[in-house]
Amino acid sequence: MTPLATPLAPAAGHVAAAVEKVEPNVEAFIMMVVLTLLAAITIAIVKQRNMFGVVILSGIYSFLMASLMMVLDAVDVAMTEASVGAGISTVLLLATLHLTGSMEYPQHRSIAIPLFVSLAVGAILVWGTIGLPEFGIADAPMHQHVAPTYIEYSKNHQMPPNMVTAVLADFRSFDTFGEVTVVFTAGIGVLLLLQGGWRATSNNRRDDDDDEDVEDAVHGNKEGSSKTAGGRNA
Amino acid sequence: MRLDLILRVGAKLVLPFILLFALYVQFHGDYGPGGGFQAGVIAAGMVILYAIIFGIRAAKQIAPPSIVEFMVPLGVLIYCGTGIVSLLLGYNYLDFTGFHPDFLRAHEWGILIVELGVLVTVSSTMIAMFYAFAQRGRR
Repeated sequence: MTPLATPLAPAAGHVAAAVEKVEPNVEAFIMMVVLTLLAAITIAIVKQRNMFGVVILSGIYSFLMASLMMVLDAVDVAMTEASVGAGISTVLLLATLHLTGSMEYPQHRSIAIPLFVSLAVGAILVWGTIGLPEFGIADAPMHQHVAPTYIEYSKNHQMPPNMVTAVLADFRSFDTFGEVTVVFTAGIGVLLLLQGGWRATSNNRRDDDDDEDVEDAVHGNKEGSSKTAGGRNA
Repeated sequence: MRLDLILRVGAKLVLPFILLFALYVQFHGDYGPGGGFQAGVIAAGMVILYAIIFGIRAAKQIAPPSIVEFMVPLGVLIYCGTGIVSLLLGYNYLDFTGFHPDFLRAHEWGILIVELGVLVTVSSTMIAMFYAFAQRGRR
């Protein structure tokens, strides 16, 4: 709002002007709140002894990180963080807790060395940020190299409007191919670790089937429990 | 044991829209936020939610493990095959210019196919990992 407009519209104009004046700081304020909550949740995770609580808190941590990415206009990253960090990994950790039990055994070892290592690594990381260019400036070295070309292509309608997709899937398709291969390899590795063992021995398999029947009975899935061992092997 | 009626009915209402949102994120990734990876995770999340509420055996009827495990390498092959097709069309590996006479259309098609490969691998990997975790009973 221009300075001329404020005297003409007395009450509502003042409010609007005040809101517009404050607006640039709102982003910083939201970031401060989210970062404070992140710190509080980190401390809570360290203090928490119940693993179930830790998993839920780390899910909240991921969700706050997603909010932070939204504030930073990195919508694609926010979406990934919300779906993977808060969604899938929380579910997988809960599934792990189902196998391991959720109480942490108390440890009586000294915390001096771990504390020293964490503080030292943190100090090195903070020291590393000193050499970085100022946050958010446009003429940082990384924005001078290939990024202008990408932006030109998207602006001239030679590439899809979402630059992130254009960069990930087209300009840097090799990188994304590598990432898909990483997901593939990691998935195969986890499947081998988790399934390879009990397929080899018949005793464990029977245990697993019993457990599944119990689970089906709990869920009231009559159709499932009537087919016993044959159902899964088919 | 039917105390979770609200959960079951609510989930049934929500599940199709989760899948629809995954497809939206997949096919609108050129214009809005998202892409194959996010869409794959959301689609896998739909199956996992179904498995949590209705039991793992019911989930295996809508997403059979054999198909899921087949899809894990299939996505990588789709991605890799797209690159080979572009090689056969006379361009560099994973250069989509040859897919359509129009430059923008060609690259949109290429991105769409490649993201489909990402979707297939990511969603099936997530579902397969969840199955692997959930199948192991408490020892």
